Amino acid sequence: MSDIYEALVEIVGKDYVSNQKEERYFYGRDPGLMKPHEPDYVVMPRTTEEIQEIVRLANKEKTPVVPKGAGLSLTGLVIPQKGGIVLDMKRMERILELNEKARYVIVEGGTTHGVLKSYLQKHYPSLRHSMPDSPPIATVVANAVIHGQGRLTQQRGFNSDMVSGLEVVLPTGEICRIGSCSVSPYWFSKGPPLPDLTGLFLGWFGTTGIITKLGLKLYPCKKIRDVMLFLTDRAELVPDIMLKLGHTEMMEDIVVSTQPIPLRFKGNFFILVFMTGDSDEEIEFKRKMAWDTLWEYFDSRDGGFVSITPDMKTPMMAMPSKDTTRFADVRKGGGFEYSGPIAPVEKYPDFVKKLEELASNYNLSYASAARVIDGGHCMMFSFSYTFNRADPDEMDRAKKALDEAAEFSLDQGGVIWKPNIDEQKMMMARMDPNTLRLMGKIKELLDPNGIMNPGNWEAK
Amino acid sequence: MQEYANQIHRCFRCGYCTFPTDYSYFNCPSYRRFRFESYSTGGRLWLTYAWVKGEIEWSEHLAEILYSCTTCKNCVEQCPMKFASDIVEWIVGARSDMVEKSKIPLEVGRFFEAVQVYGNPLKLPGSERGAWADGTKRYESGDEYLFYVGCLGSYDENGQRMARSLAELLKEAEISFGILGSEEKCCGNEVYMLGEMGLFQLLAEKNIQKFKEHGVRKIVTLSPHAYNAMKNNYLKFGADFEVYHYTQLLYDLAKKNTIKFSQNQAKVTYQDPCFLGRYNKIYDEPRQILQGIPGIELVEMERNREDSFCCGGGSGNFVMDLLAGGEESPGRVRVREAYETGADTLAVACPSCMIMFMDAAKEEGLEDRLSIKDVAQIVKESLLLEQTT
Ligand SMILES: Cc1cc2nc3c(=O)[nH]c(=O)nc-3n(C[C@H](O)[C@H](O)[C@H](O)COP(=O)(O)OP(=O)(O)OC[C@H]3O[C@@H](n4cnc5c(N)ncnc54)[C@H](O)[C@@H]3O)c2cc1C
Ligand code: SF4
Ligand code: SF4
Repeated sequence: MSDIYEALVEIVGKDYVSNQKEERYFYGRDPGLMKPHEPDYVVMPRTTEEIQEIVRLANKEKTPVVPKGAGLSLTGLVIPQKGGIVLDMKRMERILELNEKARYVIVEGGTTHGVLKSYLQKHYPSLRHSMPDSPPIATVVANAVIHGQGRLTQQRGFNSDMVSGLEVVLPTGEICRIGSCSVSPYWFSKGPPLPDLTGLFLGWFGTTGIITKLGLKLYPCKKIRDVMLFLTDRAELVPDIMLKLGHTEMMEDIVVSTQPIPLRFKGNFFILVFMTGDSDEEIEFKRKMAWDTLWEYFDSRDGGFVSITPDMKTPMMAMPSKDTTRFADVRKGGGFEYSGPIAPVEKYPDFVKKLEELASNYNLSYASAARVIDGGHCMMFSFSYTFNRADPDEMDRAKKALDEAAEFSLDQGGVIWKPNIDEQKMMMARMDPNTLRLMGKIKELLDPNGIMNPGNWEAK
Repeated sequence: MQEYANQIHRCFRCGYCTFPTDYSYFNCPSYRRFRFESYSTGGRLWLTYAWVKGEIEWSEHLAEILYSCTTCKNCVEQCPMKFASDIVEWIVGARSDMVEKSKIPLEVGRFFEAVQVYGNPLKLPGSERGAWADGTKRYESGDEYLFYVGCLGSYDENGQRMARSLAELLKEAEISFGILGSEEKCCGNEVYMLGEMGLFQLLAEKNIQKFKEHGVRKIVTLSPHAYNAMKNNYLKFGADFEVYHYTQLLYDLAKKNTIKFSQNQAKVTYQDPCFLGRYNKIYDEPRQILQGIPGIELVEMERNREDSFCCGGGSGNFVMDLLAGGEESPGRVRVREAYETGADTLAVACPSCMIMFMDAAKEEGLEDRLSIKDVAQIVKESLLLEQTT
């Protein structure tokens, strides 16, 4: 046994360290299409202090450390590009504190969205958080680290905008508090009125530290939730429809999806408009606002609301949406990945055209869901392609389609969300050189030995 | 290689299967116990696929991962994919490939050997199989039911208590029944789940033949495991018996007022056995029996029915206990959960749950605060006196 293995056992106990082939194999890949690379060790810490010790050891041994939630970002962000230690954070799973009056919750670095949702429903049914549609094992911290989006993103911005404080183990081992919690016992603000230092950690994919606690803002959970479905076959109308719905400031979430299967769906755009209310009157009023807002399209015969049967409604309302996950197996292949540019909503028609063009060029099955962000400042548009894990050729085609989609999105002025290491390079190549230098300096300052998730955001 | 090998790549490793319906906490007993994702359903399926593809070699550790699944079917209930209902069959298929190649954990090998040599996994003599049953008669042609007792009911002290309670109740209710005693053999459910298909077939065929020789038409089982094997997996070997779990029979007797209850003050929570609940959708009968007893207050654990948390004993683990060790072993987790309901009694309907929980309650120091009783025993204690005399 190596010294590092023994030292890790000393820190977390032998049940929570593995250097066996099976764990190295599994933690060396994710469900997406990036090339696998195995870690040397998989470790499951339980406390901030254990993480501190692991980081100190890693500095001493100059071995990489890669924090991992559920590995569901699909773009290989948790694949240890240079081996080393993968930290499976999911044993740090507690919900530490909930401040009902200041409306925030503090969770540990590996608490899952599923557990948080269930906890709120049970104990604080009038509060909610912005639940993404990723499977429920996705972790709250990692979702914020990659600037995820959820059910409240249309109203409140990226899920990372809803962070209200952090505790971080720096790459050099110090514990650091960020936000109001750095000067106060309360975790109500991630920055203001102080300098907002969360920017040193969110979006960095674990390359600048390991988040061990995160404060998250909670929002009112209204008693009733409903959904309406607007259908149009004209992609060019979608941006205005998104903006008009956003203008009402009344919709919970706006998601536009398109897919060619079943055939009757092809060429149609399904605009799901979610709303919440504390009374039937409130819901009715919001429904009416949605109707009135989109009436002109009905008048011009360009679209209309479609009635939703209870059978259709249940999966639409589910949080998270299981249908999103089911896409992986629509062709019995077990795989899908999406490139998800963040871009102005006006790009929707061009993106859809590209989505279909790539699917046809590479002979792939596709789908897309676009979520409006923050009332319409931008959207997340997904170029999703499914692939069969048992068919290397199809996997290769899907990867090529995603690479092209990423290039295209950048050309169109989009910014790639949760970029894989190649896409990070593409973006850094286009980045303002001074910004890139600043990123490099920050990284060097925080992580002098370059141990944290190396291969990612290598801003040289 | 079997059918699973062409399908298993379809798992997306999304992790839905690790949760119950409300996502409150992890519900795959093996993931809950070990916490490496390799021990989750997705981990098992991906590693098995890697083995099928030749990307990893067989190892003790791989076999241990595959065999730490208790076949509880939480994943089948929760996986959102169309193939969900096949997951456990895929795991069993992979196990049977390992069995064929003689690449199985030592404990599993010992389990098979014991069943083969002794007719039970506890390595006890077949001649003693009916020793518990003082006064219970052998099955005779014309009896309405064969009471199939199973290995734990026959040999384990706690299982025997269950078997006696049930036998006495059936006598009380004047049901015509009998047992096979030393002629009874292991039902093979665990052997099936552990992937020894040849041995399972042998056991199934022998049992079916024996039942037919005796002219058996209806079988009532003590264990949900035997109920599952006989009801579902014996069919392809020519079984044509009616099979009941004892809770179904007791429910029927209570409904018809054949058994009547007096007061029994207790606060009871009920454990859904995987092979009764998720496998065979019997959730209501045991509850209705308990609720029908005056004075019994039935309280639910947070995870119940389809979301129930396995005791950790499935797939032969009531003997091998591959998930043992530490506070996170499923049995210990579950007795804590039962205790947290405020119940004084944890009711079970399966001898495997019974022995797992008896051990777990001791380890948790709860043995004086939480009685573990089987539904038949609770019913027996609650019978109107005139019936019990
Ligand atoms: C079917 C499906 C639907 C999805 N829908 C959505 C959606 O609606 N909205 C959305 O936002 N996303 C969605 N996703 C993408 C992704 O699953 C989520 O964003 C998810 O929250 C990522 O969490 P994770 O725990 O899986 O992250 P991981 O992939 O494990 O980690 C992501 C990054 O965070 C870093 N990290 C992890 N933990 C820490 C820590 N404690 N400290 C520092 N860095 C850390 C990792 O190193 C990595 O760089 C979806 C994915 C799938 C498969
Ligand atoms: S078995 Fe189903 S739910 Fe579990 S990881 Fe695989 S696809 Fe997801
Ligand atoms: S059957 Fe139970 S133990 Fe086995 S993988 Fe599924 S949930 Fe886990």
